[in-house]
Amino acid sequence: MTSFAEGLSHAIELIISFDNDLIGIIAMSLKVSISAVLISCIIGFPIGASLALCKFRGRNLVLVILNSFMGLPPVVVGLIVFLLLSRSGPFGVLGLLFTPTAMIIAQTILITPIIAALTRQTIEDLWDEYSEYLKSLDSKKIDTMQTLLWDARFSLVIIVLAGFGRAIAEVGAVMIVGGNIDNITRVMTTAIALETSKGNLSIALGLGITLLFIAFAVNGVSQFISSVLSKRAML
Amino acid sequence: MTINKTIMPLNVKNLSYQIGNKKLIQDIEFSLVSGKKTVLLGPNGAGKSLTLRLCNGLLQPTSGSINWGMPQIKNLNRIRHHQLMVFQRPVLLRRSVKSNIEHALKLRRVPLGERKSRAMLALKKSGLEPLENFPARSLSGGEQQRLALARAWAIMPQVLFLDEPTNNLDPAAVRSVEDLISSFHNSGTKIIMTTHDLAQAKRIADEVLFIHNGKLLEQSKAESFFLRPKSPEGLAFISGELLC
Amino acid sequence: MLKYVYIILYLFVFTFININQTSADNRPLVLATTTSVDSSGLLKHLLSKVKEQTDIKINVVVRGTGAVLNLGIRGDVDIVLTHDRNSEDSFVKNNHGSLIKDVMSSHYMIVGPDNDPAKIAGLLNVSTAFNLIANTNTLFLSRGDNSGTHKTEILFWNKSGVNPKLWSGKWYRETGSGMGATLNMASVLGGYLITESGSWFSFGNRGKLTILMDQIAPNPYRIILVNPEKHPHVLVNDALSFINWLTGPIGQNIIDNYEVNGNKPYSSASKIKTIFR
Repeated sequence: MTSFAEGLSHAIELIISFDNDLIGIIAMSLKVSISAVLISCIIGFPIGASLALCKFRGRNLVLVILNSFMGLPPVVVGLIVFLLLSRSGPFGVLGLLFTPTAMIIAQTILITPIIAALTRQTIEDLWDEYSEYLKSLDSKKIDTMQTLLWDARFSLVIIVLAGFGRAIAEVGAVMIVGGNIDNITRVMTTAIALETSKGNLSIALGLGITLLFIAFAVNGVSQFISSVLSKRAML
Repeated sequence: MTINKTIMPLNVKNLSYQIGNKKLIQDIEFSLVSGKKTVLLGPNGAGKSLTLRLCNGLLQPTSGSINWGMPQIKNLNRIRHHQLMVFQRPVLLRRSVKSNIEHALKLRRVPLGERKSRAMLALKKSGLEPLENFPARSLSGGEQQRLALARAWAIMPQVLFLDEPTNNLDPAAVRSVEDLISSFHNSGTKIIMTTHDLAQAKRIADEVLFIHNGKLLEQSKAESFFLRPKSPEGLAFISGELLC
Repeated sequence: MLKYVYIILYLFVFTFININQTSADNRPLVLATTTSVDSSGLLKHLLSKVKEQTDIKINVVVRGTGAVLNLGIRGDVDIVLTHDRNSEDSFVKNNHGSLIKDVMSSHYMIVGPDNDPAKIAGLLNVSTAFNLIANTNTLFLSRGDNSGTHKTEILFWNKSGVNPKLWSGKWYRETGSGMGATLNMASVLGGYLITESGSWFSFGNRGKLTILMDQIAPNPYRIILVNPEKHPHVLVNDALSFINWLTGPIGQNIIDNYEVNGNKPYSSASKIKTIFR
């Protein structure tokens, strides 16, 4: 019978043996999710900051929609992106289906609302604190955005990690648009799903524990970099 | 940016500000010219800070007008560009002391090379040079306010608004802040400051605007006001009897 | 400062993304097939042999039968390999496929808990067995997902005269899931189900499940070339090379001899036994 101990020992075996397949799968997971997070930040930070600073009619509606999109189900996003990228779909000519690029696109769609919505809240809180000073400096909107985004950097790191966590953990979107093709689009989560469906539960568990280790590692590294940077800001 | 054309004088006419039904400022009128340190004096809640913020454009008046320059300058951007406010509790960015100053210079479109040298001068002037790489928020209250003034020094606005800048500071810090204010004045910056501290007003003011309950009760030379205020409330205030 | 951050980010993005992966000129062949071929390990075995012996590059997408054929209809793949004769016939009839060939067959079996509560072990007739199961209200798991396995199961229920859907949710459970997930459930809950040899011999979580009735029906697989008239981007030459390799002596030999856990789940096309019990 499968036990957690078996899964744990499988995980350690896999990691220590530097199994080639496993390394490839881990690398693909990181490549896809990190790319998606980076693009989501490039899109999400400015959107979040703009929403925080601009008042316009219908703003409340936009905020409600944006916040709701934080909970987009990955399978739904996967299905929509699949229909868009399919050869029978509007962007079929690009031939992107079943490639890592498709997976990055799907995960970006998934994470951008999270980054944007949380950035919006963070920047809005900071704006409350800084608004009089910045207005007194006659700061233009673009300057204000840059100022607040940089000053919010420690909170933004956590937001980025939240986005990354969501990306690396999801299976619905990458399965549909990536196809879980061995060596091409197989990532940790789809590999776990596959092994589970084959009945190889301890391997699946081992992969799952490995995924947790990776998540810890990424968070740990970020935390370390973050504290080093903040210490340098000290002296 | 070098000071080109001056934005003074300031002419305030029929200024009112209300929130809901409450009139917080009522029909305030005054003119200010350069060369004098102007202090808005009055008890807590009188409306001094509101008046200051209205003049700096941080709030919009409910009615009345705030006119800068003779002839009146229409370009609001140009006006703001030559003003700066220092707040009761300094707003500091989550960066180093030096970065805070450089950031302000950047927002004033000072070119990169000049920024560093002006920041250095400002640090020296305010005595904050040893702390230049410290996170601004880790400074003591007095040091933080000196940083706010250092930022202003680097920018050297034509008009410097100060809203109760030495509240909660210890006497040594108060002293250094007041010294800096004098330096500004000596460099040609128009000082417009609020305080409820009588002693401080006596030390600093060339001119006093006495505000009480949202109304301007008196505008006179400092010596006149402190010797013989024209209003009964003014008299009560300098006698230490007027609370609110 | 911020400018440098932006520059670094852009560099990252550029190095990570390779949009060129499937440019029309040199993209690999894409084959869609069903989970049974994959979970038995045959797929991986075939792919490694193809890599050794030819220079055909293939990417394989694994889905349920319905999804596989749908990918063929949409033109998202070049070839499909499935095991559902009726659906394959319609596929070709509707001009979605231009070439169809037999490839191999596995066989269906009934597995269940080793204590066999309905006492069907060793029976020769599936109708008898199904009636016993129905009458004793014994737990039976169905794929319930219109897969080839599911449709074969429905055929047997029809032959037996029992309509299990009347008891859906009671002793008849429709999982709506793939073979592996359904086997997992049967293993945990101790139920009966129809499975096929490829999936069974490679399944790693049998628990107390065991084969109770073997070889109840063949499970033939066919390979279909997606119609290049409907989808001009189909790599016809590469696809035909692969199909010929798979259905030719080399491919067929590999299939016959493929072994997993000491068993050979597949017979090549010429050796298909057509017993329906």
